[in-house]
Amino acid sequence: MGPRLRGDDTEWVAINRSYNGMTTIPTSLPTPTRHFGKSSAWDRLRTNRNWLALWFMLPAAAFLILFLAYPLFLGVWMSFTDDRIGRGGGNFVGLENYEWLKDDSIFWLSVFNTLLYTIVASAIKFAVGLYLALLLNRHMPFKALIRAAVLIPFIVPTVLSAIAFWWIYDSQFSIISWSLIKMGLIDHNINFLGDSSWARGSVIFANIWRGVPFVAITLLAGLQTVSPSLYEAATLDGATSWQRFRFITYPLLTPIIAVVMTFSVLFTFTDFQLIWALTRGGPVNATHLMATLSYQRGILSGRLGEGAAIATAMIPFLMAAIAISWFGMQRRKWQQGTDND
Amino acid sequence: MTDHTADQHRIVPAATVEQDDHSEGMTYLESLPRRIVTLYIPLFIIVVILLFPFYWMALTSIKPDEQLIDMEKFNPFWVIKPTLKHINKLLFETNYPRWLWNTMYVAAAATTLSIIASVLAAYAIVRLRFRGAEVVGATIFMAYLVPPSILFIPLASVIQAYGLFDSPLSLILIYPTLLIPFSTWLLMGYFKTIPFELEECALIDGASRWQILVKIIVPLAVPGLISAFIFSFTLCWNEFIYALTFLQSTQNKTVPVAIVNEFVDGDIYKWGSLMAGALVGSLPLVILYAFFVEHYVSAMTGAVKE
Repeated sequence: MGPRLRGDDTEWVAINRSYNGMTTIPTSLPTPTRHFGKSSAWDRLRTNRNWLALWFMLPAAAFLILFLAYPLFLGVWMSFTDDRIGRGGGNFVGLENYEWLKDDSIFWLSVFNTLLYTIVASAIKFAVGLYLALLLNRHMPFKALIRAAVLIPFIVPTVLSAIAFWWIYDSQFSIISWSLIKMGLIDHNINFLGDSSWARGSVIFANIWRGVPFVAITLLAGLQTVSPSLYEAATLDGATSWQRFRFITYPLLTPIIAVVMTFSVLFTFTDFQLIWALTRGGPVNATHLMATLSYQRGILSGRLGEGAAIATAMIPFLMAAIAISWFGMQRRKWQQGTDND
Repeated sequence: MTDHTADQHRIVPAATVEQDDHSEGMTYLESLPRRIVTLYIPLFIIVVILLFPFYWMALTSIKPDEQLIDMEKFNPFWVIKPTLKHINKLLFETNYPRWLWNTMYVAAAATTLSIIASVLAAYAIVRLRFRGAEVVGATIFMAYLVPPSILFIPLASVIQAYGLFDSPLSLILIYPTLLIPFSTWLLMGYFKTIPFELEECALIDGASRWQILVKIIVPLAVPGLISAFIFSFTLCWNEFIYALTFLQSTQNKTVPVAIVNEFVDGDIYKWGSLMAGALVGSLPLVILYAFFVEHYVSAMTGAVKE
């Protein structure tokens, strides 16, 4: 595509120039019927690409600037104020919010929880997702149907499936406890969401359950681009199935893995709804993530400044994730040539 | 070449080729027992775990109360004498239809707004190639990576300042920030595949850029538009934190927020209607998804691959 595009580009420049009333009309073009020499300023403006693009970009830019870029900076500013709900703009207090957070054990607990949640859930999502993608890439009956079914947890709104998990994790009527008791493995109900360690495990499991389909289906799309002849050649050379995975599948998949896992880490790190529907941060803050703590302090307790400070504290982690994504993409470009299309 | 070797192997009767599914490549190297252990059993376990919560949701929503709490007398994995009581109660004794309508209305409006803005933006970035188009494209991708969890507090004060608090309009205006980056990125990929020549012809025939967009580009990009629409609609339906923060009054809530806040009381009999609420709230999306699986998957993978 690359060189072809550039070829078009020069033609375009020529045509645009002719519209703009310059004298470089290529002789090969038929004599235009319009009088280019006399085109008004309005005509020139109307066909100017930059001017047109400004109008085409305007709606998207308006939304993104008003409701994304501006709040992003406002959030950072608010974290330096003592703003509260209903007060309408607080006073500048410098780093006071952050100094409070520095000595706040609940905040550090939420940081720990967030890191634990992100690392454990992402690692397992990656392992299971890759495994599932490899399974789905093989030939089997009802392939399309199975693939469609696998993605359902990703379609259903998180809160609604979290509610189903809430019922599955119920302290009295949990189907898991019931089954395990009937199998004779345990003798009393497990308090899934009432005990700190169980609660952490339970929310991580629910997150993995929801995230695996996304990882699996996107990695599957990557797997489908790997040419089967590579595997055939490797098999002829005597490669084992592990070697085929390690030296063909994995290297070819690395770039897409980088992107998928960045998204996965990003969304796990900033997760809110699953926790809020299942535990609201309890028991005893054992499952509070930075996002839920920020909601609780900022909106429920009304201390907007402090909530904004917790939210702002998430930004460095997000920047790290984005940087990884960017390098992943660079490597992909390097593999495929210069253009990204 | 590949076909040739595959054909040669099919002649060999000893190789247990699975003929029924048009197998190709190296499937013939595996025996059936091996396939059962390495493929069917693990796949079956994973699929069962992935789908079990929905089975459980559906089962609970049609179970009579006494079967729900008595797990000794009745097998919990099945239902005797299913009832529509919970769904009835949901639809006629609560605001559920209203919440469903709110969700749909907000999702449809926000998606439509975003698609319009995204088509214009993607066309400008890919085809007008204005000064700085590449930078704008990269910036829009970055916007995709800004999560709602760090924006809801400042946005709450922005919404308050504009007087949109507790109004569905606030969500309609804010959801596009989640959808535009994604849809623009996806549509850019589609627009790039449309040949330049079509546009050149139209320009020479005197069409304006607007006419080209409406009469040539958009009709050719319909599959991309459907993908973007389905995916965006699902995202809106799924969105929780903004809806939770900006909506206060019961009748304005969307389904996910209402389920979490309005149904939760101390009643041990709440589970039936709670599960019915979750089921009814998920069904429209699942049905939509069933019709457009391919579009949905291409939207999801397209956004990652681009």
